[in-house]
Amino acid sequence: MNAALPPQVATEFRRTLAAPERPLLTRGGWATFTVVAYVLLVLVPALNLLLPASHPLHVSDYVVTLAGKIMCYAIVALAMDLIWGYAGILSLGHGLFFALGGYAMGMYLMRSIGREGVYHSDLPDFMVFLDWKTYPWYWSFTDHFWYAAMLVVLVPGVLAFVFGYFAFRSRIKGVYFSIITQALTYAFMLLFFRNDTGFGGNNGFTDFKRILGYPIAAPGTRVALFVATGVALLGALLLARWIVTSKLGRVLTAIRDAESRVMFCGYSPLHYKLFVWTLSAVLCGIAGALYVPQVGIINPSEMSPANSIEIAIWTAVGGRGTLVGPMLGAFVVNGAKSWFTQAFPEYWLYFLGLLFILVTLFLPRGVIGLLRGRR
Amino acid sequence: MLSSALCLSGAQAIAPELVRDLALGENEAKVKAIAAVVAGGEAGALSLLQALQDGEVQTAGDRVLQVKDNVATDLVTGAAVQPLPEPRDEVVLNNRVRRDLATAIAALKLTSDDRATRLAAAKELQRGADDEMLPAIRRAVDKEQDAEIRSLLTLSRATIELGSPDKTTRIGAIRALAESRDPNTKTLLLPLLDRKGGDFVEPDSDVRAEAELSLRAVENRLATGEMISRVFSGISLGSILLLAALGLAITYGLMGVINMAHGELIMVGAYATYVVQNLFRSYAPGAFDGYLIAAVPVAFLASAATGIVLERSVIRFLYGRPLETLLATWGISLILIQTVRTLFGAQNVQVENPAWMSGGVHLLSNVVLPYSRIAIIGFAAAVVTLIWLLLTRTRLGLFVRGVTQNRSMASALGVPTGRVDTYAFGLGSGIAGLAGCALSQIGNVGPDLGQSYIVDSFMVVVLGGVGQLAGTVYAAMGLGIANKFLEAWSGAVLAKIALLVFIIVFIQKRPQGLFALKGRMADA
Repeated sequence: MNAALPPQVATEFRRTLAAPERPLLTRGGWATFTVVAYVLLVLVPALNLLLPASHPLHVSDYVVTLAGKIMCYAIVALAMDLIWGYAGILSLGHGLFFALGGYAMGMYLMRSIGREGVYHSDLPDFMVFLDWKTYPWYWSFTDHFWYAAMLVVLVPGVLAFVFGYFAFRSRIKGVYFSIITQALTYAFMLLFFRNDTGFGGNNGFTDFKRILGYPIAAPGTRVALFVATGVALLGALLLARWIVTSKLGRVLTAIRDAESRVMFCGYSPLHYKLFVWTLSAVLCGIAGALYVPQVGIINPSEMSPANSIEIAIWTAVGGRGTLVGPMLGAFVVNGAKSWFTQAFPEYWLYFLGLLFILVTLFLPRGVIGLLRGRR
Repeated sequence: MLSSALCLSGAQAIAPELVRDLALGENEAKVKAIAAVVAGGEAGALSLLQALQDGEVQTAGDRVLQVKDNVATDLVTGAAVQPLPEPRDEVVLNNRVRRDLATAIAALKLTSDDRATRLAAAKELQRGADDEMLPAIRRAVDKEQDAEIRSLLTLSRATIELGSPDKTTRIGAIRALAESRDPNTKTLLLPLLDRKGGDFVEPDSDVRAEAELSLRAVENRLATGEMISRVFSGISLGSILLLAALGLAITYGLMGVINMAHGELIMVGAYATYVVQNLFRSYAPGAFDGYLIAAVPVAFLASAATGIVLERSVIRFLYGRPLETLLATWGISLILIQTVRTLFGAQNVQVENPAWMSGGVHLLSNVVLPYSRIAIIGFAAAVVTLIWLLLTRTRLGLFVRGVTQNRSMASALGVPTGRVDTYAFGLGSGIAGLAGCALSQIGNVGPDLGQSYIVDSFMVVVLGGVGQLAGTVYAAMGLGIANKFLEAWSGAVLAKIALLVFIIVFIQKRPQGLFALKGRMADA
């Protein structure tokens, strides 16, 4: 199938590998970056905390939480773009890594509830309900924030590394890879739905009281989480940008466009793919860990295959292979989702479905492609 | 009531002191009297006990009366008593007497001419029969012609005889138990081998040896039964998977199109069946049992039409871009789900089985094969055969195989690949509709029906490999049977997880599935 590359791909291929080092961001890019960083890290928190609720410029708690949540999604979209947009690997299991990060953080949050649960026990309510006497071994040390934070990175990272190593080593790619990642997240969803797995079954974790000693619903904590998410998002963007402008990024793009040729040139695609795949999973884990304290709940439905496919559409709507585009896509699609599901809930699926179809048919380069095409 | 009509003529045959014991005696005396009545087996025994059970027996002084509709009959003399004597007392029965009474009535009913009555009585006796019933049961076993009732009675007899002081009787009973097809015999035989404080419960070693033999025979039979039912439910699950995945195997194999809306095409077929069912119920209630015959082609056409529209309007533009196709078809699936929700509501709808599908074949005592499952297995086999004939014996099949193997070469030889694509996609979608029709008979029909099958069907296709019907069949059957066996061992959820993990590992070893088309492509 790959015997003869279309000429334009071949040219692009040569260009990608031989292109000179590109700057991290253009001058205009840095200007935009600074403005966005100022808005996220200074303006919104100030408008929320300092202005009274009646003030026209006041940013409500609802908006802060919603924006914080969508920023977590934007990190996921960014991670998805790294693996799909740049390496051409469509993962339908990124919701799994997101949820695993969320569960790792959730374990810490559950343990910091202390004895304030319904049963006033040291154990979380669901364990009391199951008549468990002690924490299972995998819950040990999770009452320490730093250990939980380490799990947030390690669990998705190690899982992705092991899974990716075997998958990429056997040169599984394309739709096969997509489908087995889907099976992976589906299997984990079934596993987490079981009560005996020790993660709260259907209900997952909820009713968190505090994080690092601060009450979790207090305005100050919310804004702090928002800012932390903003920092993570901007940091992830810079990191991703640094990767795709480096030689590593160019090899990745080359693998996407013509894997066999890259191999014939003497590169081993395994390591490149594995690196970016694992990194992508870790980013998702971090996003999940930031998401859970802001939304206040994590349950196995986050691992449903449908959720993971939605991540792909954020990326596609924004424009694959642009980094900024998928972040934009996450905002557009999730903003539309919050609006639709409140205004006309029955039309949301029509809208989402049409979005999937129209974007793939008419906007292969996404919104960003549209904007750049106009200019 | 038959019993009260008979009682006038029959009651006299029973000794008067027994009747008095039954009505006036202490509980102990009542129990003995019941046993004596059964052992005697007189003509009026059944009606007397029945009247006692129904609370029709009353006492006035030392006279025993049966009072029914304000007419009293003296149970000793059989004479009608006018007017009703006052005061009267009801006969009080405690639970023990009541239980004995029930088994006694059952034992007496064994002589009934009606097969259903005898069967019910035999089943009642299974729940607990006393030694006193033994003569009645023995008589019944000797006379009984019906095999099912006879085996039930033999089991009851053996249960009682196990407690007999006579060694040969006990051994005979144990042998009879070994031949029984009832799964409960195991619990009867096991206690014989127990020890109580160093001594065997059963003192005689010959009897113990016999019991051990019998137990082994019973256990073997139970294990065989379990094995059969597990294999059967595995094949049944495999047929469902096969139906769900077959269409996918054709569309994916032919066009490399990952159709995420495949599950929703199954759902369309199920809803088409639902609509046909409703039409039959409204306009042809007499022919309701035949609605499935009409539903099969309707489901096929509904899904095939949906599929062809999708192919012409969306998928055609995405050939050669599998990942984009995946996303676009996912979008289609969302739209189909929401459309069905809008048309039929978000709740599950009721699809009734035709009458001939209820019930099943009793293969062994612990193995019942439901007709609905047998029908689905047969249906899946028929569909596979038809598809195989279509692919190997027709011109369209030749084209489809040609395009699957080498699209550009087929095109160069004059095969209208575009039209073949449309037909093949319609065919694959139609098979999904057939799967929906079959699934509607055994599961819930709701808007989310398709979502629950999509991962499974993909697993079948991935495992079976692309482009070969046989691969899909083997993969579906293998997954179905493996699933059922793992389920018995580890529970349903863990079994499913284990299979998913197995497939993920399997793909590492054989990325092309079990049966791959041989070719020379570097990237496939």
